[in-house]
Amino acid sequence: MNRPIRRIAFVLGLLLVALVINVTVIQVFLARDYRDRPGNQRILLQEYDRERGPILVGPDPVARSKETGDTLTYQRMYSNGPLYASVTGFYSLVYGATGLERTENSILTGKSSLFVVDRVQQLFAGRQPHGGAVTTTINARAQAAAFNAMKGKRGAVVAIEPSTGRILASVQSPSFDPNLLSSHDPAAIRDYYNALTADPNKPLLNRPIVALNPPGSTFKLVTAAAALESGEYTPDSVLPGPATFLLPNSTKELGNWNGKACGTKGKVTLRLALEQSCNTAFAWLGVQLGDQALRDQARKMGFDSAFQIPLRAATSHFPDNLDPAQTAMSAIGQFDVRATALEMALVASAIGNGGVLMNPYLVQEVRGPGLAVLQTTDPTTFGTSMSAANAATLTEMMVNVVEDGTGTNARIGGVRVAGKTGTAQTGNDNPAVAWFVSFAPALQPKVAVAVVVEDAGAAEVSGNGLAAPVARAVMQAVLR
Amino acid sequence: MPDVAAAHGLPGGTFVSVADAPQSVRHPSRRLLELFLLIFAWAIGVLGVLQVAWTTGEGVTTRLWITVSVVGLLALASHVVVLWKARYADPILLPTATLLTMLGLIMIYRLDVAAARKADLNGNPAPTPDVYAQLTWFTVAIILFIAVLILVRDHRVLQRYTYTLGLVGLILLVLPLAPFVGTTINGATLWLRFGGFSFQPAEAAKILLTIFFAGYLVEKRDSLALVRTNVLGVGFPRGKDLGPILIAWGISLAILVLENDLGTSMLFFGLFVCMLYIATQRRSWLILGGILFLVGATLAYFLFTHVRVRVVVWLDPWTYSDTSGFQIVQSLFGLANGGMLGTGLGAGFPNLVPFANTDFIISALGEELGVTGLIAMILLYAILIERGLRTAVSGRDAFGQLLAAGLSIVLALQVFVIVGGVTRLIPLTGLTTPFLSYGGSSLVANWIIVALLLRISDRARRPEVVVPAADDALTQVVRRV
Repeated sequence: MNRPIRRIAFVLGLLLVALVINVTVIQVFLARDYRDRPGNQRILLQEYDRERGPILVGPDPVARSKETGDTLTYQRMYSNGPLYASVTGFYSLVYGATGLERTENSILTGKSSLFVVDRVQQLFAGRQPHGGAVTTTINARAQAAAFNAMKGKRGAVVAIEPSTGRILASVQSPSFDPNLLSSHDPAAIRDYYNALTADPNKPLLNRPIVALNPPGSTFKLVTAAAALESGEYTPDSVLPGPATFLLPNSTKELGNWNGKACGTKGKVTLRLALEQSCNTAFAWLGVQLGDQALRDQARKMGFDSAFQIPLRAATSHFPDNLDPAQTAMSAIGQFDVRATALEMALVASAIGNGGVLMNPYLVQEVRGPGLAVLQTTDPTTFGTSMSAANAATLTEMMVNVVEDGTGTNARIGGVRVAGKTGTAQTGNDNPAVAWFVSFAPALQPKVAVAVVVEDAGAAEVSGNGLAAPVARAVMQAVLR
Repeated sequence: MPDVAAAHGLPGGTFVSVADAPQSVRHPSRRLLELFLLIFAWAIGVLGVLQVAWTTGEGVTTRLWITVSVVGLLALASHVVVLWKARYADPILLPTATLLTMLGLIMIYRLDVAAARKADLNGNPAPTPDVYAQLTWFTVAIILFIAVLILVRDHRVLQRYTYTLGLVGLILLVLPLAPFVGTTINGATLWLRFGGFSFQPAEAAKILLTIFFAGYLVEKRDSLALVRTNVLGVGFPRGKDLGPILIAWGISLAILVLENDLGTSMLFFGLFVCMLYIATQRRSWLILGGILFLVGATLAYFLFTHVRVRVVVWLDPWTYSDTSGFQIVQSLFGLANGGMLGTGLGAGFPNLVPFANTDFIISALGEELGVTGLIAMILLYAILIERGLRTAVSGRDAFGQLLAAGLSIVLALQVFVIVGGVTRLIPLTGLTTPFLSYGGSSLVANWIIVALLLRISDRARRPEVVVPAADDALTQVVRRV
């Protein structure tokens, strides 16, 4: 009876081979699909089962994981939640992660390829990987100064170190408390999240890098840079600065903020036009330069570029295909020109850094679970936006703005501050947006700031009145 | 001797001549190899529990020492008894079964840690570790393993009790239906309960009925092999010989209907048909068995909701992932989480799968040891089954051959049905995973199977002149001529 036994053996062998093929298909080829299926708690449990690395500002953790007693072993804690919300984002059971919690997830969870050595050790030890630490470029004093100065206002602040591109402050106002979104109580998380999304002030919006507003008069820095770079204008070039400017091929008139003509008898130098923020002179200048020159200059200063810091910033925009009237409006930062606070801080830092624009970044270094530094971010150049000479000239013009012009509220005793105010209409009936961009000290600046205050009231003074004191507080915090 | 082989119509005449004439070949006892493999298996077990202790952060506990030393002592005891009572037995069977039992113990040990942690988080006292119960059952299993090797000095003794054992087996099968002792656990009526002690009689029945089938078929195979009609070149049996297969079919259906036990039902019928084929060498029995299986399966599908539910869930578990498909979906999630190399012992979440230490222990092991570990385990089963079938092929008497084949087939079918079930190759049916699953009846029964296979292989490899084997060969020659 050996032959039937052999045949049966062959069939039983086939059954076992079928088992092997089947488990291979499941565990190797379908595994990814199964892991992503709804109802699979394992990914979540795994993430919450290992100690997530901290996010550091200087030596202090602003986000860290704390062991709890419940099924999810670790809970995320933010030591000063609302202050750093724009940087850290949140890490939620229900709504996923945002901010650095999302972009640096692989480092914080310890799954990044940077940790190969650690992971091999962990593989042999059979232990859960610990997360790495992310050190930010944030300056705690500047962040706190910006946050406090923005209390009660709606808007954003970004501060950058011009020589490197390090982001020293990124503040959104109003903010939210990431602790309440990162708890282990889904019902409470949902309640808080719904309240935040229902709030008309949109506290969840990462305004510094995402909110796009017309830059208004702060865009005159770009127009002035284009004029200087064209070689046809110097600070002493005389421009027409009447009380109103008839937009080309149109019946619409553009007026100055105070309704008066600039300079003497409607003639004004470029220097004075910037100092007084003369709309009619810059509108005329824009038309003379043409939209392409403005667009080129704007792009050299970061417009139409998608920055990832590593958070993905909204792309600031200078519009395409402009007629002369639209060019005139765009030259003073109106029409369809849109910029984030980050972008306007970049404009200021490019001027302050001798025309060289550095790429902005938020992560200074990455440390392994053993706190050894595994990666340090080196400053990189975005490009040269203008000659060093023209940058120095424009800087002097901006110093005049703060010392004698519209930006007097940004003055700091003993320090030469370069700045520019701005106010913009966001639409026909929409409330105005107040801006202030500046850097200090004027020579070899340590900090460039952009402040935007939305819903600010209609007067040009609001740039000086609302935004300039915030910028001054941030600059003082950095310079102290 | 080549003439005998030719008369058997067997391929590979040389192999058969060895098998049929072991008198001329001296088999070394190979007990040293067995001891070495046992130590190796034990070492894997020790490394496994150490890894659990390390990874879960529980550390080296008294429970770990107890587990490791009990297993070591039992392995040593089984080896000594084999050396003493079945010196020439196959050296691979015992270490393979020991390693599988140990892998099961590691996972049960590991799930105890998870259960203790959960109880701790909920502020409850830690439950009694299941590993203690399983170690107790392993001890009982080895005691019975030793008892079988000592008491059954020659497996042919069992042939004398063919009908008695068959009757006892049948009674055990239907016993769960009896009032007072029968208990329904998780929807299937396959348990006996005496006081605080429950017992799955189907596990014992599967051995008794395999012995019965072997004895009965050796006796009746001549008439069952007679050909009445030819259909498409395949000879079919006489109508009056259809009785046994129809009875086996009826009993299998009865188990399914009355006890809700799809797995056991399929196991018995499959076993009977395979053994019938081996005994008679008539493929027509396989065809008839296949037809009856299909008829039975179709009937069951349309008549019984619980069978239909299993098939529907098998085809699309995701739709029912919160209800009837919950178990299989959790099992697949576990396997997927394991991937190629597994999470490592103690680093996965096998406790998320219901019945992780019994029916679904394969998905628990698959999660933590990966597809690599699972394939290794399937290969261990393959080795066990192959050694069993090799014992059958080299057996010296028809009864022994049929019994060894039957026991190997029981193992193979059970592995296929349960592993295929939890990995969604076939619809899920409740069967224990041999050697791995938590539960006494199954562990004890499978160790008795190992003892019987060792006994038969000892007879087959023993270097002494065995007259009955020669007789058997002669009778076969006569019969075939």
